[in-house]
Amino acid sequence: MDENGLIIRLQDISFAYSGGTEVFDKLCLSFHNGDRMGLIGPNGSGKTTLFHVIMGLLKPSAGRIEIFGKPVKGEKDFREVRQRIGLLFQDADDQLFSPTVLEDVAFGPLNLGKSQGEAKAIARKTLEALGFAGYEDRVTYKLSGGEKRLVSLATVLAMEPEVLLLDEPTTGLDEATGKRFVEILKGLGLSYILVSHNIDLLMETTNRIASLVNGRLSLDEESVPHTHIHTHKYGRSSHDHGRI
Amino acid sequence: MLAELVRGDSRIHRLDPRVKIVIVSLFSVLVAILNRFVVLTSALALGLFIVLLAGIPMRVLVRRLVPVNIFILVLWFFLPFSYEGEPLFSVGPLVGTHEGVLYAARISIKSNAIMVVLIALVASTSVFTLGHAMGALRVPAKLVYLLFFTLRYTHVIHREYLHLMNAMKVRGFRPGTNMHTYKTFAYLVGMLLVRSLNRAERLRNAMLCRGFTGNIQSLSTFSIKRADVVSLIVMLTLIAALGLLEWTRMV
Repeated sequence: MDENGLIIRLQDISFAYSGGTEVFDKLCLSFHNGDRMGLIGPNGSGKTTLFHVIMGLLKPSAGRIEIFGKPVKGEKDFREVRQRIGLLFQDADDQLFSPTVLEDVAFGPLNLGKSQGEAKAIARKTLEALGFAGYEDRVTYKLSGGEKRLVSLATVLAMEPEVLLLDEPTTGLDEATGKRFVEILKGLGLSYILVSHNIDLLMETTNRIASLVNGRLSLDEESVPHTHIHTHKYGRSSHDHGRI
Repeated sequence: MLAELVRGDSRIHRLDPRVKIVIVSLFSVLVAILNRFVVLTSALALGLFIVLLAGIPMRVLVRRLVPVNIFILVLWFFLPFSYEGEPLFSVGPLVGTHEGVLYAARISIKSNAIMVVLIALVASTSVFTLGHAMGALRVPAKLVYLLFFTLRYTHVIHREYLHLMNAMKVRGFRPGTNMHTYKTFAYLVGMLLVRSLNRAERLRNAMLCRGFTGNIQSLSTFSIKRADVVSLIVMLTLIAALGLLEWTRMV
């Protein structure tokens, strides 16, 4: 991290999938310590791809990536990045692969070289902090969708990251679980980038919103007051929409 | 599924899983090369005794033995007639030989003896514990992971299969004996393969993100207890006795 608290800096990143579709065209991004950044963009605009580039899972065809003040290029550089930046995958079934919850949460700490005892303690502490005490021996594939998502978050948090990349974390969650997720997220005090299509969620959880359009990021800082006119049943009673 | 089989708390359930794996492996290898009937039947009896000790319900035992024995039944249709030797009986133009019948009988006893101890092992140990025990016994990490992933993702892939199946049904698909059905099923299987491959890729990414470097890490620790040592010695002695019986022809 340099003196400005710059954590992630992408410069002129270009990326195309084999098959030719270009996803990024000289994309630039600066992400600072304390930022809570929202990311919106149409389906297929490359939001998930952006996360994968930051984590070193995909290699850009051109451009420069600096994370924590150091240029990162090879697998070895990214190994360190992955300890300090946690990625929450869109599909919890991809994230939870160990037989039991405790083992899955302890997987990261074990890989970081913690002893079995330490890893277990970290896993227990993380689960407890998220309100999942008593879930240690539950079988991961039998958890409900909401439980899977929150346990996935625990697996990421167990590595004690400084930054979170959250890929549509509340999609598919019911309102109560979604709220619980947001409360937990706000309570963590971490910097994060959050991908979502839900503008209300982004307004509530982030302090700036960037949109990914045509392979580039644009920051839309100015609030534009606008209303939507729409009709539906029960419209006479006071109500609100989609805010979690 | 497999993981749900483990119920009860017998002497066998409480044994160190590593001890169980060692015993079952040695027993299976030995039984596979045995030839004498007296030894084979003793081995089968020993296997049945172990299953009884593990308190596995008869119903479960029989249900698990049926598939193997259906396969063996098929062998009984061919082996007696395809083996050269002394004629024993004939069905029309086919002649069953003495040697052929003995051979089929040997295979039947062998398979069942090995199956019962395997059932005793799997039914008394959770598969996850089994995987960890394999890791502790220095079975290559790749094999252990293969076991874990198979267990974990069979469920997910099965669910994907049901989703696709439902998507087909709601659009009026009814399987028949025609080209359309074959083509649709081929698409289904192809789609499952592609999806599994993609999932494997995402899974690998998720593991990399959490610092995976290819080493197996486990939270299980095993400790050898007195009962484990005693069981190991008793079983090794019995297995050795079977071997002696086979090769020194004492009985």
